[in-house]
Amino acid sequence: MEKPASLPIPDPDSRPFWQACQEGRLVAQACAGCGKLRLPPLPACPECHSRDFQWEELSGLGSVWSFTVVHHAFRPNLEGKVPYTVGLIDLDKGPRIVGKIVAGDRDARIGARVRVRFEEVEGTRLPYFALEPDTTTLS
Amino acid sequence: MVELGRLSRRYAVVGIGEALIGRREDLTGIQLAVEAADNAVSDAGLSYGAIDGILSHGPYGDPEFLYTIKLAEALGIQPAFAFDLHIGGATPCAAAAVAAGAIEAGLCETVLYVGGEAMWSQYKERRPTHGKFRWGYEDFEEPFGLVEAAPAYALFARRHMHEFGTTHEQLGAIAVTTRRHATMNDNAQMSKPITMDDYLGSRWIAEPFRLLDCSLISDFGGAFIITSLERARDLANRPAIILGAAQQHTHRFVTSADLTQCGAAKAGPRAFEMAGLAPKDIDVAELYDSFTYTALVQLEDYGFCGKGEGGPYVESVGTSLGGKLPVNTHGGLLSQAHADGLLHLTEAVKQLRGTCGERQVEGAEVALVSGSGGIFATHSSLILGLE
Repeated sequence: MEKPASLPIPDPDSRPFWQACQEGRLVAQACAGCGKLRLPPLPACPECHSRDFQWEELSGLGSVWSFTVVHHAFRPNLEGKVPYTVGLIDLDKGPRIVGKIVAGDRDARIGARVRVRFEEVEGTRLPYFALEPDTTTLS
Repeated sequence: MVELGRLSRRYAVVGIGEALIGRREDLTGIQLAVEAADNAVSDAGLSYGAIDGILSHGPYGDPEFLYTIKLAEALGIQPAFAFDLHIGGATPCAAAAVAAGAIEAGLCETVLYVGGEAMWSQYKERRPTHGKFRWGYEDFEEPFGLVEAAPAYALFARRHMHEFGTTHEQLGAIAVTTRRHATMNDNAQMSKPITMDDYLGSRWIAEPFRLLDCSLISDFGGAFIITSLERARDLANRPAIILGAAQQHTHRFVTSADLTQCGAAKAGPRAFEMAGLAPKDIDVAELYDSFTYTALVQLEDYGFCGKGEGGPYVESVGTSLGGKLPVNTHGGLLSQAHADGLLHLTEAVKQLRGTCGERQVEGAEVALVSGSGGIFATHSSLILGLE
């Protein structure tokens, strides 16, 4: 049995992100030159080209930019786990990330407010999202 | 300073080949590629001895080091010019310009581009036979549930619907028309027409996409040969001349993508400028259609209608043969075969030669072909025409 497709393989670029997730914190690379937040990790800032950055903790709050309800199990490890909802989440100060919406997902819509929720999958904590009770739309 | 016109009207597609489309059990991708290459060389009236350049996009499902060189060895070519090219489905159109550029630079005289893959018969779960291929989505997309292309493209389509009111029926109009075109193509995987009810009744894959919004999984092979227009004039076929070509790559990850505009918005104008033409001059468009939405957004980005008007355009003008601008006359990735965009190019050449039979666009003199790779990450445009 191969490793499930759903777990990341941390490397030196991404290890601080995954380490923070294990501690229940959502972090992003923050450019030392212009402050732009970025994920996935990149060795340089696409905005100002600075090579320097630090990891910055995020609030975990954001809004749904777009989303899809996935009905087809594209991998064996997804069988029995469809349908599920995955979106593009605009975190409040940036960046935009891919986020599985695991609570309130039936009410997911563009502009809905979401908050990060860490869930453990086979020993690894992954950052998923839950719809905020007050789903003020900001589309 | 970009000199857009330099390659225009000096190089041509002189040979095209396709492998037989369908389930090709017990064939490997390289066998399908060789089948297509044989057909292209024969179509051009050439022998392999005349080919001194070779380009390929190795198989997605089972990537292999020096794949193009292996192909050259199989074909009995010791090329003066060769590259493995990899910008996903944008590769074939882009390769036509790369071939022209190599000839222009004096590196070689006649270039074969060839690709083939047994995606349907052998591509189970995209699992390489000898190891793991890193797609780039494994760490920051797949753990969050974004697996394979359909859910990712669905995010784009949903946003377009939200911003512009694009409807399921408008996406469906593309699926229905493209299927009808495929029924007129003997070398197509799908031969039965579909109705809007069939489309709306097909199962959800990743909302807003139903099964019939999605391209096929195919066994395919395709090839084309590029040489100078001077040499082309001495060969068997009416040359399909490269008028314009451009690439535009916009992002690597969906998180940095503009969901409602693709690279065609920038590649298109440059290709048109190089050709000295405008969208109104295009007689037939073979647009990369990994999903219905992929084709719809390109109608906007190439300027056949305004931004956000793709939905109303496919309803009122449509993409059908006999209409103002026939799109994907061969059946596209949606209904002919998912052939990496290679068969969009061979179809454009056939349309210009006037050999398409009942699906022939009358008087087709200028064809637009496009390719797109990743999740709208890469884009290439190619405008072909007659002398």
